[in-house]
Amino acid sequence: MSNATPLLAVESLSLERGGRELFQGLSFEVHAGHLFQVEGVNGAGKTSLMRILAGLSRYGYSGEVLRNAPLLYLGHQSGVKGLLSPRENLALHVSGQGSYTDAQIEPALAKVGLYGYEDVPSHALSAGQHRRVNLARLYLSDSPLWLLDEPFTAIDKAGVAQLEALLVTHVEAGGAVVMTSHQALQVRYEVRFLSLLEGVLL
Amino acid sequence: MSAPGPLAFCLRLLRRQLILAVRRPIEIGNPLLFFAMVVALFPLGLGPAPDQLASFAPGILWIIALLSNLLTSDAVFRSDFDDGSLEQLLLSPQPLYLSVLAYIAAHWLITGLLLALVSPLFALMLNLPAGAIGSLMASLLLGTAVLSLLGCIGAALTVGLKRGGMLISLLILPLYMPVLIFGSAAVKAAVIGAPAGPYLALLGAMLCLAIALAPLAIAAGLRISIDA
Repeated sequence: MSNATPLLAVESLSLERGGRELFQGLSFEVHAGHLFQVEGVNGAGKTSLMRILAGLSRYGYSGEVLRNAPLLYLGHQSGVKGLLSPRENLALHVSGQGSYTDAQIEPALAKVGLYGYEDVPSHALSAGQHRRVNLARLYLSDSPLWLLDEPFTAIDKAGVAQLEALLVTHVEAGGAVVMTSHQALQVRYEVRFLSLLEGVLL
Repeated sequence: MSAPGPLAFCLRLLRRQLILAVRRPIEIGNPLLFFAMVVALFPLGLGPAPDQLASFAPGILWIIALLSNLLTSDAVFRSDFDDGSLEQLLLSPQPLYLSVLAYIAAHWLITGLLLALVSPLFALMLNLPAGAIGSLMASLLLGTAVLSLLGCIGAALTVGLKRGGMLISLLILPLYMPVLIFGSAAVKAAVIGAPAGPYLALLGAMLCLAIALAPLAIAAGLRISIDA
């Protein structure tokens, strides 16, 4: 496994925010089949790390990030437009990673529990349902690398279990996941923990 | 499930922006209403002498078009920034240059184009000679497109700020000046019977330059705003 090109490689990454060092000399590699959970207390810099990994933050840190695969980043904000229905939100999505037909969108929305809500204006949906519209992108995605920042926020218990199953399916199929969450993952799969202070925990 | 081609993606973004605009008709109506109100105020302030109004009309119409563009350009990227769509746009594998052009095209279609189409009505309210109406529409069609391109530079730079309205004016107004000068000059030329062609050609040249360069500045501005 170590000979293969990593999907994502991080080389001595350091970040300072507001005069405080959030992490220093962080190095790790994400290979196909890896499921990473980033650990850290509130304010430890998990979201900052995810934004650097995704390529949204381009300044203010030192170190190298090598991205060798198309990635899908889901951040704190869902990017779901209230004026568009869930179907339109996916069909007209700004990420431009795929062209989805109704035949692809409908099963994806059904899987996140939005069957029957496809054409309801999204502003009529709850916060959790907004998140679910965003999570439907995971079912449509063919990006090998998923960067998920707190994907379980506002999702109910059944939804969390389903999402965990999806993550395992994804990594077993040769994908990789880096996610932040304060909940322990209930999966039958090797979860690698990444501490912002101590690096990869074995 | 292959990614759409750049052109198909552009059309998709354009469609998305137009759907969003149509579902919020007030944002389409506001600039037109603003235009109508200010045009209606000028005869009250300047006095209703038709000759005097006619001589001021080219400048008045162009200044109002400029201001109404300034009012709306602030909102181009705002809601996408607030809900996180902008992050996704920047992470997209699609060329940002073209994506940005799609946003601007949508903005121009719902502000500049509409304004140019209803401008003959406002021109008549200010007693602009009928012979100059063609030049007014042509200059507004070209000029508002340049204004949209320039305005979006300011919008991209200030989208991360809570109150970017005043700053955007300071940043962008100097760039608007040439458009105002040549736009109103085209109409004035038509009023006195001189050819408006050279002025329109200059506006066209500005448009070409803005199409080529403004998206680069906007893309860079958006990356900075998202980074902050």
